[in-house]
Amino acid sequence: MSLRIEERRELNLRMFYLTPLLAVVLTVVAGFLMFLSMGYDPFLGIYHFFVSPLLTVYGLAELGLKAAPLIMIAVGLAIGFRANVWNIGAEGQLTIGAVAGGGLALALIDVEAFWVLPLISIAGILGGMAWAAIPAFLKARWDVNEILTSLMLTYVATLTLSALVFGPWKDPMGFNFPQSEMLSESATLPLVLEGTRLHAGVVVALLIAAAGWVVMTRTIIGFQIRVVGQAPAAAAFAGFSRKRLIWLSLLTSGGLAGLAGLFEVAGPIGQLIPSISPGYGFTAIIVAFLGRLHPIGIIGAGLIMALSYIGGENAQVEAGMPQAVTGVFQGMLLFFLLASDFLARYRLRFDSGGNAADLRKEAPAE
Amino acid sequence: MSDPLILGFITVISAATPLLLAALGELVVERSGVLNLGVEGMMLAGAVAGFAITTTTGSATLGIIGAMVAGMAMAFAFGVLTLTLMANQVATGLALTIFGIGLSSLAGAGFVGIAVVPLPKLDIPGISTLPVVGPLLFSHDILIYASIALTVGVAWFLKRSRAGMILRAVGESDISAHSIGYDVIRVRYKAVLFGGLTSGLAGAFLSLSYTPMWIEEMTAGRGWIALALVVFATWRPLRVLFGAYLFGGVTILQLSAQGAGWFDVPSQVMSMLPYIATILVLTIISAGPWRARLNAPACLGKPFRPPT
Repeated sequence: MSLRIEERRELNLRMFYLTPLLAVVLTVVAGFLMFLSMGYDPFLGIYHFFVSPLLTVYGLAELGLKAAPLIMIAVGLAIGFRANVWNIGAEGQLTIGAVAGGGLALALIDVEAFWVLPLISIAGILGGMAWAAIPAFLKARWDVNEILTSLMLTYVATLTLSALVFGPWKDPMGFNFPQSEMLSESATLPLVLEGTRLHAGVVVALLIAAAGWVVMTRTIIGFQIRVVGQAPAAAAFAGFSRKRLIWLSLLTSGGLAGLAGLFEVAGPIGQLIPSISPGYGFTAIIVAFLGRLHPIGIIGAGLIMALSYIGGENAQVEAGMPQAVTGVFQGMLLFFLLASDFLARYRLRFDSGGNAADLRKEAPAE
Repeated sequence: MSDPLILGFITVISAATPLLLAALGELVVERSGVLNLGVEGMMLAGAVAGFAITTTTGSATLGIIGAMVAGMAMAFAFGVLTLTLMANQVATGLALTIFGIGLSSLAGAGFVGIAVVPLPKLDIPGISTLPVVGPLLFSHDILIYASIALTVGVAWFLKRSRAGMILRAVGESDISAHSIGYDVIRVRYKAVLFGGLTSGLAGAFLSLSYTPMWIEEMTAGRGWIALALVVFATWRPLRVLFGAYLFGGVTILQLSAQGAGWFDVPSQVMSMLPYIATILVLTIISAGPWRARLNAPACLGKPFRPPT
């Protein structure tokens, strides 16, 4: 008897949508074993990580708070990933969005007006777009690898923010801490749930996911993106412009990442500090894949990855586990997802040697 | 030649070595047609394993072996996913980096703040005491010598050896290599494991020699710079050596400029230089008349499944 791998003629759709769940289950199982090997009570570990954060209103609000930036960024990244444009520097675009919008908010710190928040949001989007425009230009003009340029720019962005809050933007009354003044009331996102930190950004994130769904499924440009990704030759034959898609996907994902960064500053943080994101820009890459590059799937995936952050914090407080467990879970989840995708694309067959019935069945196919 | 200048060159060699080690391995991986973006993750695994084993056993030799094994274990996971299960190489490489950052932080949590005796300098009797060339060329630790030996070894392997020729064939045309009887997947597994080994060594160099301690995410993007170096070198080992030393030079130059306060700019602006230099170099290579892309292995990043 031997094992044979057969490519499926068509992607197995049921498998395609089931494998993310399988990946989550495998991650929990692996987490169980990891807790066991680290000397923690595995049941308690799993409980603190995946269950207890969901049992309070505050925990659920934190879930939405952390899912919002992940969803916003991942919806943008998914567009590029479908068109084979690999923006992995969303973390940098997020940072520059926060710098641009937050900087404007600091300049308008004495202004009390309804238009401040929309204005700084636009500045955040433009900041992110400008940062993503660099790899877009280099890719479209000279085919410079966007993976490496967008990633390198992330380090430059983080250092830029650091230079500003350690230098000219440091709060003169801040006891020399590297942080800006607190933003004004007009530059702060309204809360949607009193008593928690859940702000209006979560509503915006859901609207963006809905808009992403409409664009990808109902518009010509969405169709072009899917064709370029799946059949580049056909796309070239149909005259779809590859350069336009490079610009489109990088500017969209950059703008959304910038907005997510500004929302962190105008939301839970309330000021500029050296580090405004716990790696949302990188985690959003996993969210995009886990959500099957589909806006609706991304909402679910964003919530799961948000749980990995909150669970990590919770396990740290409740069980004294290192915060790094979060990163391990996130990495494992993507590994298991990529591995189990195999089941959606291929079929496993067990051949039992020279079985007559098998031979007859196989015969017409030869 | 004055002493500070010699000292400066020695620090350049130190800064260049992790880049050189990691880029050499990735070069072999890419010449076999596989793109592994997980260099940063494999380096971190090597750095933490090397440090943890050296401090607990007291043996740097065991630490270096452990770092190689850790890098190879990470590379093996990458191989299973991309070569056996034919997963997307870009996504898998990113997963490897994210996983490596998390795992190394977790494993290294108990080792933060501990110091280790740096790798000993291996003086070569007789010539290490020569003026200028002695300290410059013949008084380094084992990993620096190893990086130079590996450069020559990889260059020879790819250009002159039979196995190297097969590896290049697999990277240029997997179907043809398969049809004349070579096991494409097997060759690629070996290449990927070699990449893990050198990345592990690069990590060990960071945590045992360059800054002899463990700091979370201490690679600081060097894995990605190594990936860029392979493109910069247009997939040639000796040019990787040149590129790594160039980048080592940029790193040390900006560090000394920061230290001496040569320019009236915030230290962060100087720290940006290696990253900006990487972008500039990639652009020049891609835009220039060298047609770097024509040198890229034809099957780079494409999954291969033997036709049945």
